[in-house]
Amino acid sequence: MSTPFYVSPQQAMADRAEYARKGIARGRSLVVLQYADGIVFVGENPSRALHKFSEIYDRIGFAAAGKYNEYENLRIGGVRYADLRGYTYDRDDVTARGLANVYAQTLGTIFSSNAEKPYEVELVVAEVGATPDGDQIYRLPHDGSIVDEHGSVAVGGNAEQISTYLDQRHQDGMTLAEALKLAVQALSRDTNGSEREIPGERLEVAVLDRTRPQQRKFKRIVGRQLERLIGGDGSGDASADSDSEDESESESESSTDTTDTTDSTKPSGSKDSKGSKGSKGSTDPSEES
Amino acid sequence: MEANTRSTGRLPAAFLTPGSSSFMDFLSEHQPEMLPGKRQLPPTQGVVEAPHGTTIVAATFPGGVVLAGDRRATMGNVIAQRDIEKVFPADEYSAVGIAGTAGLAVEMVKLFQLELEHFEKVEGATLSLEGKANRLSTMIRSNLGMAMQGLAVVPLFAGYDMDRGKGRIFSYDVTGGRSEEQGFAATGSGSVFARGAMKKLFRADLTEEQATTLVVQALYDAADDDSATGGPDVARRIYPIVTVISEEGFRRLAEEETSEIARSILARRLEQPDGPRAALL
Repeated sequence: MSTPFYVSPQQAMADRAEYARKGIARGRSLVVLQYADGIVFVGENPSRALHKFSEIYDRIGFAAAGKYNEYENLRIGGVRYADLRGYTYDRDDVTARGLANVYAQTLGTIFSSNAEKPYEVELVVAEVGATPDGDQIYRLPHDGSIVDEHGSVAVGGNAEQISTYLDQRHQDGMTLAEALKLAVQALSRDTNGSEREIPGERLEVAVLDRTRPQQRKFKRIVGRQLERLIGGDGSGDASADSDSEDESESESESSTDTTDTTDSTKPSGSKDSKGSKGSKGSTDPSEES
Repeated sequence: MEANTRSTGRLPAAFLTPGSSSFMDFLSEHQPEMLPGKRQLPPTQGVVEAPHGTTIVAATFPGGVVLAGDRRATMGNVIAQRDIEKVFPADEYSAVGIAGTAGLAVEMVKLFQLELEHFEKVEGATLSLEGKANRLSTMIRSNLGMAMQGLAVVPLFAGYDMDRGKGRIFSYDVTGGRSEEQGFAATGSGSVFARGAMKKLFRADLTEEQATTLVVQALYDAADDDSATGGPDVARRIYPIVTVISEEGFRRLAEEETSEIARSILARRLEQPDGPRAALL
């Protein structure tokens, strides 16, 4: 006969949280930043087809780190929720707050239910307002809590370190190119404080652009436009060369990257890399498009 | 499940079930009573009186397609609305114009727009033009019960086919039968007259401006002979809705543009009330 071990509720919850956090930390980090004309989503994503960011509704975007099948499920649930709500009432009645609430309830219920394994995901739900004051960004950790964020937010493996980096440097009213460069700088910082280059074709970038004339403000930034935005600090053809050599570099680094954990975030060495980046991050003349 | 949902506020299971990218499929599983075709109809005697939209016309030109509609809705012999809008963008590269029972038609368009948008968001890719046309066909078919009671909806669907690089028009009948039209098409009560006008005026090499003029001419001729179709109302500044779908996407002509087309047609018709004459041979 087997006697079930007694596990204290605290311990059980701590184990579940640990399990979820480890799962989330295996994924690449992503950042969401406010800029003058909206909200930009930036992440490293080797896949072109499997997106980390997507559109939920007219003004609402979704970003997720962690296990693909779980966040994809939540994403589709969110699209269905938003579309049904907009169809039942009006398009204006679909809000990020409502959606974040539903996500929090869902994640929370799953997290504390013994019948299900906790979801290994961390979500960001963002809504772009008519003015920067109206922008809303919600971060939804695996346990069903909601964090109302301002300015910038990072989720995923290296989130703590990246968000500290962003908090120090993010300003209101940045242009898209400035915000994008800051995001890439933040993402290219490894857990041990060193830097690696992320080539443009491994970046997934999307914006919620409040100046877009269409009702749907979500837009992916790809190809030439992305190159122009991130390659604004040097001559045009030099960026193409550096892209190709970065590709081989990042291949060797990707193995170390997958072993990221949040526990190993160490602020050591952040000073010197910040200095070198700061000299590089000049203002971009070609951000209009 | 519903009660449980309300107590926790969690997304119901239907929301998180993987599978269909169709919003209608989701609705029919989760809240079937919201789908137009799933409603129980009370037995009625005779025809139900409700506002009806009338004439929609479409014509292709090299590079795209034009879809336009008049502004009148009638209920029996009464003009129910003078400025109704019957042409809507379905998505960025297609539009739908509706003739038939206005209330049902507007709901159908709303659901159709959402169906396309939902698919696009879930799949990350747009439906093919044929796929969109077939989807609309299914929706019309689900309205067959209402159509039998006199509440038919007969749309005209036009879009720019990215794969073939040209504008295409699809017409429907009440049973959802779909047929692709070459060149031009019309639906609604004034469609007979509009089609006659376009038959004489249409050419395959029209420019965009000529195509927009063509459809307004056709609507004028429809309004001339059909009491349920409204002509350009200069006094109230109510002009037909004209939309153009090309490689650049959907565009609805501004009021100034349509008023200019309508006014120049009116000016010509003061001299020639029957409009431009086609060659006899």
